[in-house]
Amino acid sequence: MADEFNSSAFYNKLREEKKLVGVRCKDCGHLSPEPRPMCPECHGSNMEWHPFSGKAKLSTFTCISIVPVKMAAKGYGRDNPYCTGIVALEEGPSISAMINGVDGTNPQGIKTGMDLVLDVDDLDEESPALAFKPA
Amino acid sequence: MATINKKRQLGRQVSIVGAGLSQFGAFPDKDTRDLFVEAFQDMVQSIDRGFDIQDIECAYVGNYSSDLFEHQGHTAPIIADWLGITPIPVTRIENACASSGSALREGVMAIASGMYDVVLVGGMEKMTNLPTNDVTDVLATAADGLYEVPAGLTFPGIFGAIAKAHMDRYETNLDHLLKVAIKNHSNGALNPKAQFQQTVTTMMERRMARARERGQTVPDYKTDMDFLNDAQANPWIAWPLRLYDCAPITDGASCVLLVSDEIAHNFTDTPISIAGIGQATGKPLHDSDELTSLSAAKAASQQAYDMAGITVADIDLAEVHDCFTIAEIVATEDLGFFAPGEGPRAVDEGRTALDGDHPINTSGGLKAKGHPVGASGVGQVIEIYHQLRGEAGERQVKKADPTVGITHNVGGTGGTCVVNVLRRES
Repeated sequence: MADEFNSSAFYNKLREEKKLVGVRCKDCGHLSPEPRPMCPECHGSNMEWHPFSGKAKLSTFTCISIVPVKMAAKGYGRDNPYCTGIVALEEGPSISAMINGVDGTNPQGIKTGMDLVLDVDDLDEESPALAFKPA
Repeated sequence: MATINKKRQLGRQVSIVGAGLSQFGAFPDKDTRDLFVEAFQDMVQSIDRGFDIQDIECAYVGNYSSDLFEHQGHTAPIIADWLGITPIPVTRIENACASSGSALREGVMAIASGMYDVVLVGGMEKMTNLPTNDVTDVLATAADGLYEVPAGLTFPGIFGAIAKAHMDRYETNLDHLLKVAIKNHSNGALNPKAQFQQTVTTMMERRMARARERGQTVPDYKTDMDFLNDAQANPWIAWPLRLYDCAPITDGASCVLLVSDEIAHNFTDTPISIAGIGQATGKPLHDSDELTSLSAAKAASQQAYDMAGITVADIDLAEVHDCFTIAEIVATEDLGFFAPGEGPRAVDEGRTALDGDHPINTSGGLKAKGHPVGASGVGQVIEIYHQLRGEAGERQVKKADPTVGITHNVGGTGGTCVVNVLRRES
């Protein structure tokens, strides 16, 4: 069921349409990057798909040196930390995302407030992750 | 939101009359059940007038993830069996690192409802059997597995992002964070149950001595800050957080005996009353209104203060959830001890030290005492219990006659927060 509002659809759309597609509540207009079957604001269930522009600003971030098992398998670790954080989407809501194209060994050089765009260049086909990169 | 602000009262008052803690640390040969028995025996010893174990009518035990740490689910009946209290009802409560905070709340409500008079509550976690990367993965299951974990966020990572936001918004710097660690290790050095009973200065001197013994270059540390700024001694975990900003991986258990106020004096002359309880939920950090505060902590503390009829000025000391140094700073602001952004300066000025006006984490906190996640909430309550009874030994707060203490127990990165107000009734 491709049209059900859930995380499988979110990651499928990211992989296939190369877009961040969330939902909008048709009753109250609330936007959510995560597809939800019910609006957390008005509790209605009149949701529709809503493609986000993919433009965002970096709200806060961290550079991770002690990494999860899955990220260790991709070569990240003490000598190669990766950057991840929270991005404020142009449309208002925020979402957690990998921040590609920055130097995780030099966090002082990464600036909050910087303009970002959705990065779908190197999506992992098995387990796609939401990622942004400097605009 | 309106319903959470409603002032609530317990059906009847509940007191703590005994408290027990296992040793906190790494114990390869002990399982969860063994740790809990150790805490239980310590609690039995602590009850001034003694009691009959068969008087326990019901129990709630907090445990985050014996399933993933030990491949053991359904822990509650095992605890019942090991304590020899079957067939009474025992229920395991899982709320991440707030599991035993929530277990205590269930126990309080079970007595307040009138259904039981004597209830055991506690918590336990056995964490050190897994390698660090696997522990990181287990802890990450308390974050949002669909939208935070796939983005590469870990537990330290989310608190690292909170720290960065705090540094951007206020004048917070890396030294402020490390000063929390120095203070908590100083307190932990005075706690015989703590995992790390050493000041940071002691750990620095040991590192220098080790280098000397091995004929290696001895690091030229003049102060404990020099030591903490050495990337070899204090490596990055999730920038801006380093090893000494993070609570350790710990095995341990905790428990307290709750009774209805009417019978409390059958057990002790100095029961400690649970004057207020509060619990709230919060959203993932990316959906939160603020990146520098946990909304659940604000809501839970307001509930607990209202129930107890206190303001922050009435509080003599607090045990707060310092899973990371930044978490303690944010907690002291969320709980109202200091205005937003003022937490770092308060640490600088020694206001949260044992002899400060707002002593925080006299036990050593999760940072030095250790953080067996499911045991930590009740572990905090036990420290306040001893402090209010004037029996905390060398780490007894310096202010005379403390009567009100609070605990602040966070699950995940603020998804859950439990706040308790404890009071010694005169």
